[in-house]
Amino acid sequence: MNVRQPKPPTRSPGKKKVPAPKTRILVCESTACASSKSAEIRAALEGAVVRLGLVDRVEVGFTGCHGFCQKGPIVVVEPDGVFYCQVKPGDANEIAESHLAGGEPVKRLFYRHPVTKEAVPLYKDIVFYKNQQRLILRNCGAVNPEKIEDYEDRGGYRGLEKAVTSMTPEQVVEEVKRSGLRGRGGAGFPTWYKWDVCRRQPGDEKYVICNANESAPGAFSDRSLLEADPHTVIEGLAILGYAVGASRGFIYCRAEYSLAAKRAQTAVDHAYGKKYLGKKVLGSNFCFDIEVFQGGGTFVSGEETALLSSLEGSRSMPRSRPPFPATKGLWGKPTIIDNIKTLACVPSIISRGGDWFASIGTAKSPGTAVFSLTGKIANSGIVEVPMGTRLSTLIYEIGGGIPNKKSLKAVQTGGPSGGFLPGGKIEMPLDFDSLQEAGSIMGSSGIMVMDEDTCMVDSARSFLSFTQSESCGKCVACRVGTRHMVGLLEKIASGKAAEEDLDKLERLGHIVRNSSLCGLGQTAPIPVLTALKYFRSEFIAHVVDKRCPAAVCRELVTFRIIPDRCTGCQMCVKVCPTKAISGPRSQAHNLDQSKCIKCRSCYEVCKFDAVAGEAIIIVS
Amino acid sequence: MAVLMPDAVQQKIRERRKSLLPLLKKVQETEGFLSRETVRLISRKLRVTENEIYGVATFYPQFRFQPPGKHHIQVCLGNACHVGGAPNFMEAMKIEKNLGHGGTTPDRKLSLEGVGCLGCCAMAPVIVVNNEIYGRMNRVTFMRLVESLDSPEKPS
Repeated sequence: MNVRQPKPPTRSPGKKKVPAPKTRILVCESTACASSKSAEIRAALEGAVVRLGLVDRVEVGFTGCHGFCQKGPIVVVEPDGVFYCQVKPGDANEIAESHLAGGEPVKRLFYRHPVTKEAVPLYKDIVFYKNQQRLILRNCGAVNPEKIEDYEDRGGYRGLEKAVTSMTPEQVVEEVKRSGLRGRGGAGFPTWYKWDVCRRQPGDEKYVICNANESAPGAFSDRSLLEADPHTVIEGLAILGYAVGASRGFIYCRAEYSLAAKRAQTAVDHAYGKKYLGKKVLGSNFCFDIEVFQGGGTFVSGEETALLSSLEGSRSMPRSRPPFPATKGLWGKPTIIDNIKTLACVPSIISRGGDWFASIGTAKSPGTAVFSLTGKIANSGIVEVPMGTRLSTLIYEIGGGIPNKKSLKAVQTGGPSGGFLPGGKIEMPLDFDSLQEAGSIMGSSGIMVMDEDTCMVDSARSFLSFTQSESCGKCVACRVGTRHMVGLLEKIASGKAAEEDLDKLERLGHIVRNSSLCGLGQTAPIPVLTALKYFRSEFIAHVVDKRCPAAVCRELVTFRIIPDRCTGCQMCVKVCPTKAISGPRSQAHNLDQSKCIKCRSCYEVCKFDAVAGEAIIIVS
Repeated sequence: MAVLMPDAVQQKIRERRKSLLPLLKKVQETEGFLSRETVRLISRKLRVTENEIYGVATFYPQFRFQPPGKHHIQVCLGNACHVGGAPNFMEAMKIEKNLGHGGTTPDRKLSLEGVGCLGCCAMAPVIVVNNEIYGRMNRVTFMRLVESLDSPEKPS
C-alpha cells in the first residue's frame, strides 16, 4: 500500500529547479486548527526563528488540513516529516530552540498511539496515515493552499496542460470512461456518461459546476479539501469544462465555509495570473472562467437541481428530472454538476491515465473514497482509502478503535440520510454497491461510529429531525411525512408509544422514500428504517418496557449519586441549575429527583472536573 | 416570449438575479442583518420585488432580519455535536438566560443561534462566538464562557 509521503519522492524534470534543502516548518491553518490558535503558533514560530537567527535555514509556512483535526493544531517539520500534535502557542519557543536550532525534536509533543501510548515521531509512521492511500487528498497538508507554486511543484496543472494541448474533448471523456470514475457525491453515477451527454449537446453555452455544498452533519472532507488544496479542484473543473465545451464554471461553496471560499477565491485569482484560467488557457483556444459562489447554507442545495435554483438566485428547491441538467441545467443550458471529490480525481486521471485509476479499488467502484470519521472513535478525522476497504480496517486500524473500553454498537455511513449498520456488518467492504445492498448509502462522506452508550431511537430521531428541518417543503411526503416520523420517534423516546407505532413509523418511512422528488426525501427515512431493521429490540424496549437500554432518552432515565464514590466536592451542587443537588462539603450529596430536570450538568462536571469523578450515574 | 428576447438582454437579467444571494450575504456581513431598508434598496437595484427577496432570504437559514447581539453565539447542532451534548447548550441558555434559537437578550449583549454542522466534527461539540470557534465544550465550560461574555466588560 502506498504510504503518504511528506514530500514527493521524485519530481519529473520540469522548469522548476530543486530548492535548496531548507527545513520547512508547516503549521496547519484550516478551520479546526485555526480555532486552536494555529495562527498564533505560526507567528510565535516566525518570531522565534528570527530571534534565533535561523531565517536562512528555516522557512515557516502554513498548509491546509491534514485530516487529523482531532489532534490539532498540527505542526510538521520537513524534510524529516516530524509530526507534532496539539501544539500550543507557548510550545513554539521550545520547538524552535530545541528542534530547529538544536536538532533535537520535542518528544513531549509527539503523537502517541492511543493504546500502547508509544510516541510516534514521524508523520509516515502514524497508524492513522499509514493505512491510507491518498489520491484525492494527495496534496492536503503538503502544499500551501495560497501558493500556486507549491501545487505546480507537485505536478499540478499538468493534467490540464495535457488535456488542452494534446487531447481532444472526446479523448478526455474516453480517458475518464476508462478510469471508471463514479460520482463521489454519493449516488455513484458514472461520471463519463454525464460528461458525454453534455458534450454531445449542441450550442456553445454550457456550464460546469463544482458542488462543494457540504452541509451534511458529520462530514467535513469537502471543506478540508477546498481549504487545503483548492488548485486540484480548479484544475479538475477546468478539465471538465474543456471536455464538455463549457466556458464558464462555478465552485458552489457552502455559506458557512468562509475560509474555504476565501482560499478558493485566492487560488482562482492565482490561476488566472498563471494563464490556467481566462482567455486562451495555456496558449490553446480554450477559454474558461471560474467564479466562486457562496450558497445560502441549506442541505438541500447539495441536490443538483436545487443547487441550480440557488445559483439562479431563487429558493433552492429541486426540479423534477428529466430533463437532466446535462441537457437542461443552469438557465436551461446543458450543465454538469460534479462533486468536489469527483473533480479532485480528474487531474490525476488525465495525467496518469485512466487505467492507473481503474487499477485502484474494486472493479465496479475504482479509485479511492474519502470518509470523515467521527463519533466515538479514538482517531477521528478525514481518511482516504481504496474502495472496497473493509469497514473494520477503517474503524480499528486507522480509527484506532473505540475509546474508553466501550464496544461498537453501530456505524452510520453516508451522513444524516445514511443507514445504521450493526456491529456484525463491520467486515463489509466499503463501495457503492455493497453499501446499497446493506440498506445504507455511500452518501456524503460521513462515517459516524456509535458505541454502546448511544441510543438508536435518539440517534434516529436526531438524524431525522435534521433532514426534516432541511426539507425544502416542495413534496408533501417529505414535508409532512418526516414531521410525523419525528413526532412518532419523540413519542417512542418518551416512552408513550405503543407497539403499533413502530409499524406506523415503518410504513410512513416507505411512503416518504417512495414519493419524494429528490434525494433528500428519498433517503431521509433510511436511518429510521435501518434502525428498525437492525435494532428493533431497542425500540421494543422503549415501547414495551419503557426503558432506554443505553440510558440516553431523557424521559426514561434517572440520575443517581453513588454515595460511596461521592467525596462531597460540591462541584455538582454549584452547577445544578435547579438546585436539585444538596449536601454539605465532604459528605455524599443528595439528589432530589422531583427537582431534577436531567440536564446532565452534574454528570459532566463529575466526570471531568470533580475530585472523585464518576460518582453520578445515569440509569434507566 | 422569453425565447424571443435577445441573448445579451437575457444574460443581463440572469446575472442581476444571480447576484441576489451574494449581495444579501455581503449586506449581512457588513450590517449584521437584513433591514427593511436594505431589502428595499436591493429590490430597486436588482429589479426584484421585495416579496420575492423575502421569499428567497427566509428560505436560507443564514439570513437574519433582526440585529444580532454584541456576542453572537452559534451552537453547532450537527450530529457529532448532538451526540456530544450540544442540545444541552441550547437548553442551558434557555434556563439561565431565557434565550432561545434566534433570540437576543434585552440588553443586546448576547444572541443565540442553533446552526447546522460547521464541519469541525473532530472537535465536537463546537460553539462559535463572533466567528471564533471553541471546540470540545461541555455544559459547564460553555456556561463559563457565556458568563465571561456577559460579565461587565473591561473598558477596551
